[in-house]
Amino acid sequence: MPAPYEAARAPISIECKADGMSGDAGNDPILKITDLTKSFGPVKALRGVDFELRRGEIHAIAGENGAGKSTLMNIIDGIHRPDAGTILLDGKPVNITSPAMAQQLGIGFVHQEIALCPDVSVAENIFMSGTNTTRSMLMDYTTLERKAGEILGQLGDIDPSVLVRTLSISQQQLVEIAKALTLDCRVLILDEPTAALTEREAQILFGIMRNLAARGISIIYISHRMVEIFDNCDRVTVLRDGQYITTRNVAETTPGEVVSAMVGRVIDNLYPPKQGEAERSGEIILDIRNLSERSRFRDISFQLRRGEILGLAGLIGAGRSEIVRGICKLEGEVTGEVSLRGRKLELAHYGDSIGEGIVYLSEDRKGDGLFLDMSIAANVSALSVEQVASGAGIIDERREKQQAESLGAQLNLKCAHVGQPVSALSGGNQQKVAIAKMLSVNPKVIFLDEPTRGVDVGAKAEIHRSLRNLARDGVGIVVISSELPELIGVCDRVLVVREGSISGEVAGDEMTEDRIMYLASIGEERAGVMRAEQA
Amino acid sequence: MTVTTTPAGKERGIQEGPMGAVRRLLRMRETGLILIILALFIAMSFASPYFLTWNNLRAMAMAFAVEGIVVVGMTILLISGGIDLSVGSVTALAMVIAGLLFLNGVDPWIASGIAIAACTAIGAGMGFFVTRVGLHHFIVSLAVMVIARGLCLLGTGGRPLGLYTLPPEFKFIGQGSIGVIPVVIIIFVVVVVVFDFLLRRTTVFRKVFYTGSNEKAAAYSGIRTKKVVFLTTTLCSALCGFAGIIYMARFGSAQPTFGIGMELNVIAAAVIGGASLSGGSGTIFGAILGTVLLSVVSSSLALLDVSVYWQDIIRGSILLTAVTIDHYLSKRRG
Repeated sequence: MPAPYEAARAPISIECKADGMSGDAGNDPILKITDLTKSFGPVKALRGVDFELRRGEIHAIAGENGAGKSTLMNIIDGIHRPDAGTILLDGKPVNITSPAMAQQLGIGFVHQEIALCPDVSVAENIFMSGTNTTRSMLMDYTTLERKAGEILGQLGDIDPSVLVRTLSISQQQLVEIAKALTLDCRVLILDEPTAALTEREAQILFGIMRNLAARGISIIYISHRMVEIFDNCDRVTVLRDGQYITTRNVAETTPGEVVSAMVGRVIDNLYPPKQGEAERSGEIILDIRNLSERSRFRDISFQLRRGEILGLAGLIGAGRSEIVRGICKLEGEVTGEVSLRGRKLELAHYGDSIGEGIVYLSEDRKGDGLFLDMSIAANVSALSVEQVASGAGIIDERREKQQAESLGAQLNLKCAHVGQPVSALSGGNQQKVAIAKMLSVNPKVIFLDEPTRGVDVGAKAEIHRSLRNLARDGVGIVVISSELPELIGVCDRVLVVREGSISGEVAGDEMTEDRIMYLASIGEERAGVMRAEQA
Repeated sequence: MTVTTTPAGKERGIQEGPMGAVRRLLRMRETGLILIILALFIAMSFASPYFLTWNNLRAMAMAFAVEGIVVVGMTILLISGGIDLSVGSVTALAMVIAGLLFLNGVDPWIASGIAIAACTAIGAGMGFFVTRVGLHHFIVSLAVMVIARGLCLLGTGGRPLGLYTLPPEFKFIGQGSIGVIPVVIIIFVVVVVVFDFLLRRTTVFRKVFYTGSNEKAAAYSGIRTKKVVFLTTTLCSALCGFAGIIYMARFGSAQPTFGIGMELNVIAAAVIGGASLSGGSGTIFGAILGTVLLSVVSSSLALLDVSVYWQDIIRGSILLTAVTIDHYLSKRRG
C-alpha cells in the first residue's frame, strides 16, 4: 500500500502513554512567526503578530471573534498570503501558498465547520487526500475500511462503512479529526473542535491530544472555553484586534487574566447576578405535563416560574432540543399538556406558538436561525412581519427599521445601520439579531438552544445580562447549553435530560458540573440504586 | 457605531452620509443596467438612423411587454427558490385553449377566463408535486413543459388556429392604442408597477423572500413555507396564462408552437436583473431591465443585419458576462 496509509497507522500505537503534556515541551520552536501583517481591503486583520510553537506542546490561542485567530491560522494553512512578516518552520523560512502545500509541510488543520462529503462513506472521507495520491487507479475498499477502523477505534464508536450523512454532528467532527490524524503532521491546528462534542467525546479528544503531544506533535488549539484551555494546554497566546497581546504558561496565569487580556478590560463578573429571594416563588408561567413523543422523549413534566432562568442540561442526543421544539410544535407528534399562565394551549403549528408568545431560538443560527443575505431589519421582523405592517398588509419600512433599532439598542447590537445584511456581522452580533428576532413579538416564554455557541466572551456576557433582564421583566427563559459552566453561571435551576426523560433537577449549591454530568450520564434512578448498594 | 446613534425617522442610507447614498445607488444593479441600456441606445442611434424612430421603439416595447409579464411571475418564483421551465408551453396552451373554445362558439372573454383558470390549475398542480410530493421544481416543470406542448399540438393538429372573427373590442387589448401608447404596454406597466410594489412592501410577498433566502429559518420563524412555494408556483403559471391571452389578441390567432425557448429568455432576464437561482434575492424592476436589455440587443442585432444564429450566441454571452460580473461583485462585497 502507498505511503498515506502508512502514515495513518502512526497515531494508533500511542494509546498507553497518557498525560505527557508538559514535560519536555520547553525546547526549540517548530514554528516561529514574526511580525505578521495582513489586511483585507481597509480592514487590518493582523498587525505585527508574533507566535511561537514549541515541539510537542499544546498551545492555545485565545481572542474574541475578530481578534485575528482565524486569519493567523489561515495564513499558516496557506489559505491566505501575509502582506508582511516571516514564518519559520523548523528554523527555515517558508512561503506557504496553499493548503495542499501546508499538508506536505506537515501542517494539519481541523476546521470548525465540517467539510465532509455527506454521501460518501466515513472511510473514504478519512482517506480523501490519501486516495488522491495513491498510484493505483482502483479503490481497495477493504483495506480502506480496516485502516479507517483502526484510527476511529481510538476516537469513538463509528462504523467506517456508513455514509457520513447518517452521523450526528459530533460524530462528523470526530471524523474530521480522524482525517487530520491520517496525515503525517508535525503541527496540528484544531479550531474549536469541541463546539459540537459532548463532554465525554471532548475528554476523549483531550486524551488523544496529549498522546499526540507526547509523540512530539505540536498542537495549536483554538477555543473560547477557558476550562478547556486551562485543563489541557501548556501555553496560551492572546490576540486582540489583530495584535499580539501576550503568551503565558498556563500554569502561571489564571482564566481571569486571560479573559482580561482578550477583552482589554477587567471583566470582574462573567455572569450576571441570579434571581432574588422574592422571585423564587413567582407565579407559574409555563406548565408542561406528561409531554411525550413517540421515539424521542417521554413523560416530560416541568414548570417555569416568573423571573427564573431554567436550564436544560444533557448529553447531545439526550432529547433536550427535541423537547423544546416539541413544545413549540416545530417538529414531532407530541402528546401531553402545555399551559401558559394556567390556560391550556391547543397549538397546531409553530405559527400558533408564536401567536401565544412562545418562541424558539435555534442552535444553528446560520443553518436555520437567520436569513444571512437579508437586512438586519428584515431578520428582526421575520417572526411577525404583520406587526410592522398596516392592516392591509403593507409593510411600513420606518416602523420595521425602528423596531430593529430599538431591539438592537436593547441588546447592544453593533452595526453600521440596520439595512446591512446579517452576513456582514460577527458571530456575536448575528446572535444578537437572532435574539432580537425572538423579542420582536414580545414573547412570554423563550427557549434558547445553545444561545452563545461560537460567541466571543464580551458578547456572551452581554447576552447573559440581557437574559437576566428579560427574566426580571417577567419573560420565562429556558436555556439549553452543552457548556456546563454557562448553565451553572446563568440558570437558577437546571433540569437534566437523559435518554429522553428528565433524570433530575438541581438548584442552588447543588448545581455543580459533577452533579449535572452524573445525572446526565447515569441518571437519578441508577444513582439511587448505587447509593443503596453502597449503604 | 451602534444603532442607538442613528437618528430615527430619516431616510434610508442617510446615516452613511449623503455620499454614501450616492455610492449605494451606483452599486445597485439597476443603475448599472440602466447605464448599459443607455450606452446601447446612444451607440445604436449612431449606427442606425432607424433605431431611434418612434416605430422602432414601439416595436421593441411591444416585443418585450408581454414577455415581461411572464418575467414578473418567474422572478417571484425564483425569489422563493423555485424555477419554471414550462412558461413557454403554458403560454401557448392558454392561447390554444381560449382559441379552441372561441372557435366552438364560446364568448372570447369567457374563453380567456377559462384558459387563464386552466393555466392557474396547471401551476397549482406543479405546486402540489413540488410541495406535497417533494419533487424538484426543475423536474416537475420540465415534465409539464413537454406535456403542455403536447396538449397544444394535440388540440390544434399542429397548425395555428386563425381567429379571424375575434370581436374588435377583444383585439383592442392586443392591438389597440390609447392615445399614442399601445394597450399592451399599458397593461405591462400596470402589472410591473403593481407587482413591484407588492413584492417590496407587502407581508405576503416578504415571506417569499424569507422562504427563498433560507427555507429552514423561515419555517423556524413560523412561516408556512410550503404554502408560499405553492402560491409562487401557481402565480407564475397564472401570469403565463394572462400573457397567452394578450398574445392571442395581438396575433389574432392561437399558435401551438409559440414560446419555444421562452423559458431561457425569461430566466436570463430575471438573472441579469439580479434574481438569484438559489432564491432569496431579486427585484421586479431589475428583471424588467434585464428583459429590456435583451430585447434592445436583439433588435439592434437585427437592425445591424447580424445573422439570427449569431444573435443566440451573443445573448448567451451577455448572460454569462452579467452573471460573472455579479459573482465577482458579490464576492468583493462579502
